[in-house]
Amino acid sequence: MAEISASSAELASIPALLERNARKYAARPAYREKEYGIWQSWTWLETHEEIRALALGMLDLGVAQGDHVAIIGANRPALYWSMVAAQMCGAVPVPLYQDAVAEEMAYVLEHCGARFVVAEDQEQVDKVLEIQDRVGHIEHIIYHDKRGMRKYDHSRMNALEDVQATGRAAHHRFEEELKRRTDALGYDDTCVMLYTSGTTGRPKGVVLSNRNIIEASKSSSEFDHLTEKESVLAYLPMAWVGDFIFSIGQAMWNGFCVNCPESAETMYENLHEIGPTYFFAPPRYFEQRITLLTIRMEDAGTFKKWLFKHFMEHARKVGPKLMDGEPVGFGDRMKYALGNVLVYGPVRNRAGMSNVRIGYTAGEAIGPEIFEFWRSLGINLKQLYGQTEASVFITQQPDGEVRADTVGVPSPGVEVKIGETGEVFYRSPGTFVEYYKNAESTASTKDPEGWVATGDAGFFEEGTGHLRIIDRAKDVGKMADGSLFAPKYVENKLKFYPNILEAVVFGGGRDRCCAFINIDLTAVGNWAERNNISYGSYQELAGHPQVLATVQEHVEEMNASLAEDKMLAGCQIHRFLILHKELDADDGELTRTRKVRRRIIEEKYADLITALYDGSGSVSTTTEVTYEDGRKGSISATLEIRDAEVAHVRAGTLEAAE
Amino acid sequence: MNELAPDTYLTDDGRKIGPPVLEMKNITLRFGGVTAIKDISFDIREGEIRAIIGPNGAGKSSMLNVINGFYHPQEGEIWFRGARRPSMKPYEVARQGIARTFQNIALFKGMSTLDNIMTGRNTMMKSGLLAQAIWWGKAEREEIYHREQVEKVIDFLEIQHIRKTPVGRLPYGLQKRVELGRALAAEPKLLLLDEPMAGMNVEEKEDMSRFILDVNDEFGTTIALIEHDMGVVMDISDRVVVMDYGRKIGDGTPEEVRSNPEVIDAYLGVSHD
Repeated sequence: MAEISASSAELASIPALLERNARKYAARPAYREKEYGIWQSWTWLETHEEIRALALGMLDLGVAQGDHVAIIGANRPALYWSMVAAQMCGAVPVPLYQDAVAEEMAYVLEHCGARFVVAEDQEQVDKVLEIQDRVGHIEHIIYHDKRGMRKYDHSRMNALEDVQATGRAAHHRFEEELKRRTDALGYDDTCVMLYTSGTTGRPKGVVLSNRNIIEASKSSSEFDHLTEKESVLAYLPMAWVGDFIFSIGQAMWNGFCVNCPESAETMYENLHEIGPTYFFAPPRYFEQRITLLTIRMEDAGTFKKWLFKHFMEHARKVGPKLMDGEPVGFGDRMKYALGNVLVYGPVRNRAGMSNVRIGYTAGEAIGPEIFEFWRSLGINLKQLYGQTEASVFITQQPDGEVRADTVGVPSPGVEVKIGETGEVFYRSPGTFVEYYKNAESTASTKDPEGWVATGDAGFFEEGTGHLRIIDRAKDVGKMADGSLFAPKYVENKLKFYPNILEAVVFGGGRDRCCAFINIDLTAVGNWAERNNISYGSYQELAGHPQVLATVQEHVEEMNASLAEDKMLAGCQIHRFLILHKELDADDGELTRTRKVRRRIIEEKYADLITALYDGSGSVSTTTEVTYEDGRKGSISATLEIRDAEVAHVRAGTLEAAE
Repeated sequence: MNELAPDTYLTDDGRKIGPPVLEMKNITLRFGGVTAIKDISFDIREGEIRAIIGPNGAGKSSMLNVINGFYHPQEGEIWFRGARRPSMKPYEVARQGIARTFQNIALFKGMSTLDNIMTGRNTMMKSGLLAQAIWWGKAEREEIYHREQVEKVIDFLEIQHIRKTPVGRLPYGLQKRVELGRALAAEPKLLLLDEPMAGMNVEEKEDMSRFILDVNDEFGTTIALIEHDMGVVMDISDRVVVMDYGRKIGDGTPEEVRSNPEVIDAYLGVSHD
């Protein structure tokens, strides 16, 4: 194809990019990991050697061309290396969600037919061993962390560093074979296979070629002028396409440094220490940071509180304008500069965002206030819209054209069109090859001309050419009276309140809307502490009358704002309840990327939904829960159902329409 | 396979249990007219997890305090690593390689997790007060070395996220873990745990059990623990001593102890016919 220039033909695979980086950026840092309290780092030259040793060791173990190598664990340099090492052997890495329970893992391992598994630690090895009998083809496990592994039967497993040692010792035997396999990698060979979390049905294996990953990385890097000097924090699941693009694709293309946190719990602190220049986080993250900040400010002294409030108001006024290069008066500029020293700088620093040149958020709608908050602090936070099948990028916001309610313009090289039903379609060099062993789904998603259906409904804004996403196309429905039902839109509005973590709205085909609410334990727990309300568990706090009253206020406030929108006025929440447990991916209620699985929730909590609609004041229920180790238990509760006041749509618009 | 030394055997899960490291011979401890421990003898073998159980007031903690050098028995002998131990102060016992945790957490509440665990290595620091104060030369090298060891303990116990948090602010379960960390930092030959799981919920208990087993497995540390939770004791220990009113009423593997009628009477409280 035309896009292969002479130079990129040589750089047709991740191992080829690694080779180039080892020459071009030999002494620059490639990976850092905090261990034993210190940031350990590897240069590109060292990284190349580590990966090669691992690849040679894999050849010794018998990794064949075309094999799938499953990788399970948190973000560790060694696991990133094992992905590239697998590619060097001509195999295909398949990263899995590390918090998946054994059951979910069994399906993916069975489906991809992996013979080799690279696991982070004992916990992951145990899961693999548990399902090994059922998934017959797993031959060998390579584990990274040796802790607690001494007693295991090692006839079919090895420590990763031992595999590397074998590889180093055996380099004469396998060097030629490795070179042959690595050189044979072309633009059309598979780079990686990623399983989509799937809000419905079984996960699907998305096959992405070297062309997909490298072209997507290349054009997105050019779009944001990324260089080898960037530094990113790798903390999102390795099985997620975004992490693969940021921490492997773009990192390899540009030669920048990937930093791995010490553990999931230390992520905030590590972020603060590293101060990345390029940062991605889901909207939830930015919300949580503000919640934390607000909680802390409430503990501060009166003067500091005043200072914070005063300067944040000023920031909201002029911050975004300054960033977009719009004219701002001299006095306002000076005041902003002062605020920068006193407030904005320290806040950015605490949040680990002092050096962020480009920040992205995606995956869900972000609350306008939240988005504006970060931008007013002088952080270039932007939105993008993407999916696994597109190698992430479909649309993104160029600098200076950033708004909370759009997802930007088509990314370079991507064509976007809106179908007759309002569904968004795209076509790009990043478009996936196929769903693995699932020709049917491939055909229904990607047409022969290469257009892919996103499953999202949206439209292009006139004048600006920015794309706006409304909802999942299949979730957008009609209520009994024919008015539009867009559950996610309403849920997002509810979730913009810091006290509300998750919401599920029902109402498709019914006469009115009702909702389940999950409270945010951090925010509400802090409130409880402040007001001397004692609670023993999530369940107890969720059932507290004052909590119910607060949530009711939020719901009613949101109803009032919905009423102003003629199209969506019908989606106001009439009745709601606060769930007695947090929706959890382990129970299958959320996807691993924390999206609500509507159908499963509807089935599981059918009794609660009935109660919402039959007018009863409370409902007793028992729910099965799955613990992290896969065991099951149950909790029962009696939930109070509240009626929320519904705002009247202005001057009988509905009647007029009828 | 190479021959095992006499007195040494392998457990079912492949750990090597060696000859006794600590032998308590006919220990009697009295407080005035009250006899807390009455003529008790038992041993703790190298590499094993040894539990001491018994109802409230049975003398378990007193026994730990005797081993620890805090109490001095009126009668009896203590043999540590093949030699009779003279009457010692607790810090001398600590230098010999016996570390412990306490039933009521005894950490420095205002200090961070890291600093608390660092204190576990206090007995090993050789440089003088002045050198430490100005952090120069040997003192600096020494601290770096000790910090490295402490970081390994932090990594092992998975408490990186609270490294700099004052322990007073930590939940109970984590404080217990920090205390275990401080004992581990002393690189003990024998680790005494006084009710390591008291007041914990099921999940915390499971975590703690795993850490105890891991410590024993990874570092080969001999562990003596006092515990109320029978389930935990039976699951993780190799041998169990049962005490009641200062007397020893049972000693053996968990199975043996479980089927000992006297133990059932005194402790488990299940009637037998």
